[in-house]
Order: sequence, then C-alpha cells, then structure tokens
Amino acid sequence: MVQGINLALHEEMQRDPKVLVMGQDVGVNEGVFRVTAGLHAKFGETRVIDTPLAESGILGTAVGMALAGLRPVAEMQFSGFSYLALGHLEGHCSRYRARTHGALSVPLVLRMPYGGGVRALEHHSESREAMFAHLPGIKVVIPSGPRNARALMTAAIQDPDTVVFMEPKHSYRAFREDVPEEPELMDIGKAHVVQEGSELTVITWGAMLRKTLEAVSEVQAKREASVEVIDLLSISPMDTKTIAKSVRKTGRCVVVQEAPRSFGTASEVIARINDTALMYLEAPVGRVASFDIVTPYFAREQNYFPGVEDIRRGMIKTLDY
Amino acid sequence: MPLKNAHKFTVPHLQVLSEKGTLDKKLDPGLSETQLLRLYRAMTLAREADQRMLRLQRQGRMGTFSPSTGQEAAACGPMLALSERDWLVPAFRELGAMLMRGVPLHRILLFWGGWEEGNVFPGVERTLPIAVIVASQIPHAAGVAYSLKYRGEKDAAVVCYFGDGATSEGDFHEGMNFAAVWKAPVVFICQNNHWAISTPQEKQTGSKTFAQKAIAYGIPGIQVDGNDPLAMYKATRDALDRANNGEGPTMIEALTYRVSMHTTADDPSKYRDTAEVEVWKSRDPLIRLRNLLNERGLWGEEKEAALLAEIKGEIDAEVRIYEHGIEARSDIAFDHVFASPGVELEEQRAAFLESRGGGSTNA
Ligand SMILES: Cc1ncc(C[n+]2csc(CCOP(=O)(O)OP(=O)(O)O)c2C)c(N)n1
Ligand SMILES: [Mg+2]
Repeated sequence: MVQGINLALHEEMQRDPKVLVMGQDVGVNEGVFRVTAGLHAKFGETRVIDTPLAESGILGTAVGMALAGLRPVAEMQFSGFSYLALGHLEGHCSRYRARTHGALSVPLVLRMPYGGGVRALEHHSESREAMFAHLPGIKVVIPSGPRNARALMTAAIQDPDTVVFMEPKHSYRAFREDVPEEPELMDIGKAHVVQEGSELTVITWGAMLRKTLEAVSEVQAKREASVEVIDLLSISPMDTKTIAKSVRKTGRCVVVQEAPRSFGTASEVIARINDTALMYLEAPVGRVASFDIVTPYFAREQNYFPGVEDIRRGMIKTLDY
Repeated sequence: MPLKNAHKFTVPHLQVLSEKGTLDKKLDPGLSETQLLRLYRAMTLAREADQRMLRLQRQGRMGTFSPSTGQEAAACGPMLALSERDWLVPAFRELGAMLMRGVPLHRILLFWGGWEEGNVFPGVERTLPIAVIVASQIPHAAGVAYSLKYRGEKDAAVVCYFGDGATSEGDFHEGMNFAAVWKAPVVFICQNNHWAISTPQEKQTGSKTFAQKAIAYGIPGIQVDGNDPLAMYKATRDALDRANNGEGPTMIEALTYRVSMHTTADDPSKYRDTAEVEVWKSRDPLIRLRNLLNERGLWGEEKEAALLAEIKGEIDAEVRIYEHGIEARSDIAFDHVFASPGVELEEQRAAFLESRGGGSTNA
C-alpha cells in the first residue's frame, strides 16, 4: 500500500504542477513510513516541503495554498497528532465553500497513517475516522490495499474539496497486489463489493478487510453460507445504495470496525440500513468493534482489537439468529 | 523623526567547564564533592541504561524508544538543582532526569515496553509521565506552576523539558505566553539536540537561537552549553531562584546533540552527515565531567571500573523486574477509563472476558 500511494503521488505531481506535498520529515527523509519516497529527489524542496513541527501550521498553510489555487497534499505524521489541526479542518476546510457561496474552496488532501497493531507508542494506534466524517463538508476515504490506495489517492488529489485520506498502517506492507499501468480514478463515495453472496452481508473498511475475509473463509469452510463482503472505501460520503441493495438481498448484516463500538461509522451504517432496508432484515444488524476504552499501550493493545475470531463469532451469531 | 530603539535584547551564552577542561572560576557554582560524584554517577547510569535499552529493543525485548546518549548533561545537570518540592514535567528524551528523580529504571522500561505501569511511579511525587504529543506538556507545566502560586508554595517551582522541534508547536507559544503573563514559577528547558527527527534547526525556525524566542514573551532566555553539566546546573539553579523570588519563568536552551537515532525505528544516515555526529561525539559530556573529577583527585580507573560494575548490577536487577515483576489482569484497560466504569463498560468488560477467556498476561 505504501507503494500504491507513493505511485499516485508521483503520477499526480508529474501530471499537475499545482500539486505539492508537505509535512514533517516527508522530504529528505521520505516520510517515516517512506510513503513519500523519491518525491524530494525528483521534484525538489519547493514542491516537497519539510515543514516545521506544527500540525496546525501544516494544515493552516495548506488551506492558504489551496485557497490560492494550489493542490497541497499535507501529511500528519500520525493521525494521533492530527487533532492539533482540527481547528482548520472544522473551521475552514469544511466550510470555505459554503462561507463564500462557492467563490472560494479548499481542494486539499490531508493524509494520515492510522490504526493499531504495529506495536507503537501511545497516540499511534487509534481509529477516529468517525470524528472526521462527522464534519459536513469533509470527505473521508480509507483504502484497503495497494490498488485501491493508488486509485483513491489519485481521486482525492483531483477532488475539488478537502479529502481526509486515512491510511491503515497495519496494511502498509501487509500484502502485494499488481496495479495497472495507467492511473485509475476511483469514484469517491462508492463502496466495493469484494465478494458476492446471498445470506449475509459483512461491511468493513481499512485493515479490518483482511481479517474479515479470513473470518469469512473460515465460516464458509465449516458451513454452507453465502457471504457478501463490502469494502466501504469511502466513509463520507457513504455508499448507502450499495449497502441497501446488498442487505435487501441477504437480510442479514454484520458491520466490522476497528474503532471503539459507540458513536462510530458502524452506527452510521446501521442507521442507513434502518432507513433503507429495515423491513428486509431477518436479524438485528451485528456490530463487531473495539471497546469503548482508551487504547491500551501496545503490550495489551492486540487483545482489544477485533480479531478474526471475534468477526467469525459475530457472523455466526447473526447467521443463526 | 529619527527611528528610536523600542527595545534591545541580548541572548547570553553560558559555559562553565569548557571542552578542554578549563573551569571558569567566576561562574563555577561550587558544587560539593558529593554533588559532583552524584552527578557523574547519574550521567553514567543514564548512559549505560540507554545502551542497555538499545540492546533490549534490538533483541525484541522492548519496543521502540528514543535514545538520549550524548544528552546526559542537559538531562541530569538541572536535576541536581531540584528539590523534592519542585515538579518535573518531562518530554520523552530525559532518561537521566527521570532516574535522578527516583523513577526506577524498570518503570521506564515498562513504558517503552508498552505497559501503562511505566507511567506509575510509587513514592515519587510531583513528576508527570513521559509526554508523547510534542510540546503538549508545556502548557501543562504553566498550569502546574500556576497552582503552586495559587497555593502560595513559594519554595516550589516546575522544570519542564522539551526539544528544539517542540518550539514550532502552538502549545509552545501558548504555554510560554501564559507562564509569562502569570509570572508562573517555571523553568523551561529546551534541549536543542539539533534535530527533530530529520528536521535541522534551519528548517525548524528562522531564529538564530532558540533562547531568543523567550524574549518575545517577556521571559529571560539563556543559551547554555548543554554538554557542560556545571553550566546546566548553574543556569537551572539561577532560574529556580528567580522563580522562587516571584520573578516568573526562565527559558534555558541547552545546546547539545542527539548522537544516536531519533528512535530505534529511525535511520539517520538518510538525512545527516556522520562527520557532524563524530564532532559531537568528541564533546561527550561524561568525559568532560570525568576529567574534572580526575583533576580533583576524586576519580581514577579503579573507581570508574567499580562504578560501571555496580551500575551494571543495578541495571540487570531492574531488567529482571521489568521482565518478570509485573502481573496484570488482561481486562485492566476497563478499570481506568473513568473513576468508576459504569454499567456499559462493565457489560463490555464481561463480553471481553468471555471472548478472551479471562486470565492474565505477564510483563
Ligand atoms: C504533536 C506531535 N507531532 C508529531 C510527533 C511525532 N514526533 C515525535 S518526536 C518528533 C520530533 C521531536 O523533535 P524535538 O522536539 O526536537 O525532540 P527530540 O526528538 O529531538 O528530542 C516528532 C515529529 C509527535 N510525537 N507529536
Ligand atoms: Mg530535537
């Protein structure tokens, strides 16, 4: 996935001189995860900016650049530090277009690695996508693999509004996947049906997709069950149509999220099922999630994230209801 | 009308014990033999513990951590000036300061090993845990200092550490400004180790020194040779005296160097020249202090060997506690979200225990 995002950054910077990359250690050091590898060498320090250590400054100046016609791709070194920039996200990115009736807008991408499972320090493991998605005027996308990461990043850079691009760092180097020669452009707001099925819909995103697929094949190995898997890809806007179509067909659904259980994206998915497919349900929609706790330090962290076994159990419960 | 000078300022630079071993008699804070030996021991312990942590990390027995080798004078010198009444508000690269405070090494190992137990310091008061969010501890320090003033604790102040990179964050500005407006008793120590991961000073700030930033807030700023333990002690002593006299905050810029990597996940060869590192290695603060002790007849090879052996034994014992000493319930994360968990969290705890089969995990 690191390479997929990196490829999109190279292609977009090549294509459009208005695109630039900025953040802490993104230039000479090529990013702490090497997502910006090769960019500084190729495009130089005016287009690949090693910024001072200030998240609010990074997003605030990116807003200014975007208002003046550039297309900054700003990095938060870890999502856990992005909250220092929330003021600009809520106060300006989300509302400049509305504030000026379209005269001004903020077309920028705010990239950030997020999520757990890499034995990192405090503030390096959370999944707070719902927090960003709650802001009207902000799009939030999450890739799950190298190919869709590249296509989503390309789309995010070309999008006329602010896109928060959250990178599940557990999947950064998790697996290989071929990407096509030519850049692909993903439709932001469209989910992907990863596998089709007729008895149960499992909806997830980010690093949870791999775990979900594992759980699905375990369940399918043990019993006849036709499972449909949806990779959300875009948290906001959310692809209600694809969700509704699937749940109307299967009548059963489980939502899997890495984030804490309450007030999250899963809750929103369930609300939309309620709006569009309630009468088709044969079981309450299940939720497999983390707990409503402060993410424990990494010695205990793994214990608290939803694992394959939790997902398997959640699926069985909903199937047997 | 001719331009007048609205304000003039200077930024002093303090060095007491030069690299060559010359002691400035006028500036010498006159530390006793016991104090000098305590300081040397603390710095040596910090160095040896740092090296051991590097090995533990490499062996997979501890997580990623930020080494502080080369910064022992900046971390330990100030601590010699602190009393138990003073508060310590650290960043994350002050191993020596934490140890001098009395935080046992195994607690620090627990922190970097991924256990919250590493933030609990039984018997050690007025000490905040490591701050991972860069600069966030600076306003906290100002708030703690206000509380001292509020309670009329004239004999106490706060010592707050942060790095050169931290000065770019809004929290630095806001914390310094509040402290100045409140004339709060706080000593800000900026460890300028020349790098914030891969970012050098000239990409971090347009200022020639970090110390001069203080002046804009109405706070005296002083640049100190951060590899000179006597200068670090003296600057902190003077700043604490000012704080205790009700004169408000001081900022100390400790000029030092991160001779090791940013963290064990970092590869400094990507962004800096080894020649620069070699120059700073030759300015080792331990050697500087050891030479002074030698000169005064307080030290020698035998004593050095004995100290290293003693410290090794101490570290071995702490590593053993770290690896075997903590037993904790697996569901402990539910205990401390709130003062009392409440119904929902208790339900989630029960579900957690059922799904995970209960039991405990060992550190
Ligand atoms: C708010 C915030 N942003 C980014 C990071 C990631 N990070 C950790 S340490 C560091 C550099 C800190 O540099 P400096 O303040 O000079 O301290 P040093 O590491 O040199 O001791 C960065 C960018 C963080 N921990 N907190
Ligand atoms: Mg630094």
